[in-house]
This record gives sequence, C-alpha cells and structure tokens, in this order.
Amino acid sequence: MRLKILSVLLAAGFLVACDPAQVKDGDSAGGQMGDQTTTGGISDTGVNTGRYMDNVSYDRAAINDSGSVLAERVIYFDFDSDQISPDFTELLVHHGKYLAANADVSLRLEGHADERGTREYNVALGNRRAQAVRRLILLQGAAASQVAVISYGEEKPVALSHDEEAWRLNRRAELVYQIN
Amino acid sequence: MKLKIIKSGLFLFLFYLQSAHAVLQIEITKGAEGALPIAIIPFERTGIAMAMSVDVAEIVATDLQRSGKFSPIEREKLIDQPHSLEDVNFKLWKVAGIDHVVLGQVKVVSPQQYELQFRLIDVFKGGQVLGYRFLATDKTLRSIAHHISDLIYEQITGQKGAFDTKIAYITAERKVGAQPSYKLQIADTDGYNPQTILTSTQPIMSPSWSPDGTQIAYVSFENARSEIYIQHLATQKRDKIAAYEGINGAPVWSPDGRYLALTLSKDGNPDIYVLDLRTKKLTAITRHWGIDTEPAWMPDSRELIFTSSRTGKPQLYRTSINGGQKQRLTYEGNYNANAEVSPDGRTIAYVSGEGNIFKIAVLDIATGYVQILTDGELDESPSFAPNGSMILYAAQADGRGVLAAISTDGRFKQRLVLSEGDVREPTWAPFKQ
Repeated sequence: MRLKILSVLLAAGFLVACDPAQVKDGDSAGGQMGDQTTTGGISDTGVNTGRYMDNVSYDRAAINDSGSVLAERVIYFDFDSDQISPDFTELLVHHGKYLAANADVSLRLEGHADERGTREYNVALGNRRAQAVRRLILLQGAAASQVAVISYGEEKPVALSHDEEAWRLNRRAELVYQIN
Repeated sequence: MKLKIIKSGLFLFLFYLQSAHAVLQIEITKGAEGALPIAIIPFERTGIAMAMSVDVAEIVATDLQRSGKFSPIEREKLIDQPHSLEDVNFKLWKVAGIDHVVLGQVKVVSPQQYELQFRLIDVFKGGQVLGYRFLATDKTLRSIAHHISDLIYEQITGQKGAFDTKIAYITAERKVGAQPSYKLQIADTDGYNPQTILTSTQPIMSPSWSPDGTQIAYVSFENARSEIYIQHLATQKRDKIAAYEGINGAPVWSPDGRYLALTLSKDGNPDIYVLDLRTKKLTAITRHWGIDTEPAWMPDSRELIFTSSRTGKPQLYRTSINGGQKQRLTYEGNYNANAEVSPDGRTIAYVSGEGNIFKIAVLDIATGYVQILTDGELDESPSFAPNGSMILYAAQADGRGVLAAISTDGRFKQRLVLSEGDVREPTWAPFKQ
C-alpha cells in the first residue's frame, strides 16, 4: 500500500517535472493553503501524517459520506501555475481510486483562475489545471471517459474581493461528481 | 387577463426609462493639455414649441472633449451666441483666441421629427468651412449629433471621427441569494442606448465584431461548457460556430471578414486555429505544448499576433496564417498578453503585468519601442477605436469593473462607470457602413 502511493507520487512528480510551464512565483499563500481553505479539512501536512491512508472506503456510497476524505473536492494552485501541490496529491489519489472502483460514476473537473492576468489566458490556465488533475486521477485506473474537463478561467470566482486571500481561493480546480 | 396587461405595460414603461438613460456614466479622469479650444453654441430652437430631451450642442461638445483633442468652451463662458453666419463677430472670437465656432438650429417639424443644421466656422479663414442639414427622429437624433461631431473632428484634425459608432461589452451582476446575471450589451460610444444582445446565468466572454458591424462572435458557457456563437444583431439569429471538446475561446474576426481566429484545446492543449467562415475549413496555426491563445489579426488578414507561454511565461508572438516561424515580440516583463493591433497595423496594444499590477502597454512594431499607457492595477482587454485615436479597456475602480478610454498618446483619459455591477471586455465596433 505504502509503496503503491509512493510510486503514484513519483509519477505525479514526473508529470510536473516534465512540464516546463510550471512556475513558483513566490506567492506567500502558496504553501499554507490547507489551513485557510473555506472547505477545510485538508491539513498541509496531510500527505506525511498518512491521515487519509487508513480506512478510506471506495464503496459507491462513500461519495455521500461527509466524513470521508472524498468530501474534499477543491484543490488550490499557485499563481500562473498548473502544478499540483504535494498537499493535494494524496487526496486526488483517493478520488482516482474511487472512480476506478465505480466505473458508472463520472467526474467533471472545473478549472478556475484568479482575476489577475488576461481572461482568455486564464481560461487556458484553468484548462491546464483541470487537465493536470485529470492526469493524476486517470493514473489510478479511472477510465478517460469518466473524467471530463471544463475551464471557466476567472469568470466564476468564489471569493469576490480583490486581494491575496480571494485570489488564493479562486485559483482552484473543483471536482464535481455526477452520479446517476 | 387584465392584470397581465397592466403588468406588461409597466414592464415596457420601465424598459423605456432604462433605455432612455445612459447606463454607463462618463467621467473625465485626465484632461489633455494643449487641446484645441472650440466654441459650440447651443443650437437655436425653431418650429413647434415642445420639450426636447436631447441637447445636440451638448452631445457634440462632450464628444469633442472626450477625444482629448478639443477643449470646448463652457457654456456659461461663451462670449457670444450667434445662430447664423451673419451674426458671427469674427474679431471677437479672434481676440478670445478661439479658432473654431460651431452653430446650428434644431427645427421641430412635428413631434419626434426634426430638421437639424449646423455650420463650422473657421475664425481665421473668416467663414464657414462645413455646413450640413439632416432630418432626424427621436430615435436617430443622438446618432446624428455624434455624426456632426465626426464631421467637425475630421474637418479640423484630418482624421476620420469615431463618435457615431458602437461599443460592445460584458456586464456581470452578482447578488446574494440570486443567480448571477451576465449580459452582452452594445451601446453608443458615450454609453447611451444600451441594448442587450444576450443574457445568461452562465459567463459570456470575448465579444468580437464582424468588420461590417452587423454580427458579433462571442463565447457562451450557457451549456455548461465553452461554445462560440455568431449572432446577427438585426435578426438576433445566431449560429453555433464551435463546440469542440475542451476550450472554445477567443474568437476574432479577420479584417477582411473571411476568417474567424479562435482558440481550441480539442487535441489536449490550447492552440490557435483559423476557421474559414465560407468553406468551414478549420486550420491549426500553432501546435505547441504551451498555452497559445488570444489571437489578434494584422490588418492584412494574413498574420496573427497571439499570446504564448512557450518560454514559460506569457509573451506575444507573431505568425503567418500559412504557418512557419513564430516571431517573439515582447521581452520586457513576465506577463505580456491579449494583443490588439491598431487599425493602421503599426502599433500593438496589450496587457503588461508586473507582480500584481497589470497595465495597458503599446508596442511600436517597427522600432520595438514599448510605452506603458495606463496606471491602473488591473487593466485589461484593450480595444482600438476604428480611427486608432483612442484605446478602450477594462479597469477596476473601488473594487468594481469599469470601462476606461485613453488617447493613444496617453494624454487624455476617461472612465465609463456602470450604475451597478461589473462591466468588462469592451470592444469598439468598426466604422458604420
């Protein structure tokens, strides 16, 4: 189990390393996202504590369990970056495994950007964020047809003010499950 | 039934009230030094005595002032108010240092029917250099007033005026507990006569005028994905042009009307494509793992400027639509995007970002010289007036999206503020045909 997750993380790291567009812009909020998210629950040390490693159920109904790690469905990004922070890789591994275990469940990944930068470029950026999430999820064995991607760019902010905190919350990918 | 009629009557009334007033208010935020003084005399009223809501001389004065090239004398400070050529005291204007005087009449022929005439007097030449007569209705009166501004502007500056044109823009209203409302609207260049082209609870983006001004292409998310539509303004009929997997974005009409440049990510990554609107043939212009988007046409409809992250950060590039080498155009700064080419093809306006600050910059293509034009924090979406004299763009003021315009030389600035909500993505229509 442990080994498997490690290999997944390595694969994710490999994807990221391959991508020359990745940028760390020194955004102070970048490393601390976990504690401040409105959705809560994701500790920024999540991967290391192994908090999600134990007893995660991939039963079909687990998606409706508000106590499950699968209830966490937003991940955050650095400015002008589509690199998935290590804080979120394990969460995405669980979502990927859930989808792999439930072939009739589909997921819509919605990529978003903060208001800085131009609008169509931000649509492209949001698309790359959602695609990065999709790649990681598909690595867990989910079928490509289960995971759709859409980017809203900066058009659908969740925080409407014009400051670092709002920008941090808006640079995100949302996982929207579609269960028939 | 009766109630229904009353209701719809009320609705019509409210609608009328709304459309009769400018929704966008203009504020001059930076005056131009060295603007040419001009005296615009209030037009003489003749014919049937009745109240008129439109003040033609006021519209002309505001237009000319908005260009940054003229400084109309305030009404209270007019030293004389002649209404005919014979009444003009040339000596008086000469002493006052006023080179040009505009005078005219509005004759009310019947309710909602007007006969307009105006004359442009050149004080130094000692006579009339321009004179026109127009028939107008309530509907056309403002447009004819703008047309008069265009004629005066062209006579004095030698450059065609762009006052009697339209602008398109997107508005967004978000209220607590209600669905957001996005609108694609068009209005006169002074914000009057707003008309809603499309309303949606999902985002609308990237409006682009057809070169003949009869159609607008735009992106709509109404079907929970991005799709490109072309809508005919007169008939409101529209066609879905692109709805591929992934991004369907950044539609821009070629100046010759034949093509639509657009961004698609159907093959996994955002790339620039050109769609031949006649044959429907789709051609990929870029193929790169980086982001390629925001195409802008050169005036010859053979070349495109676009934004690409191929070197890591967004920069502007130039390409032929026949393929070949992509030439990098911007080197200063980490964020240069969203190009718009001036009508003469000499200048590129774009968004230049540094840290959290984004401003409108202009690049002289021949010399490579870059000038930062604006001083906002989040300026974007530059759009040239069809005569190249002004750049309209989106800005933020007090946390709200507003429109702003700046003269291409940066000397004169104005702001268009929506009464509520955000307004953005302005795009100036071509000249009327």
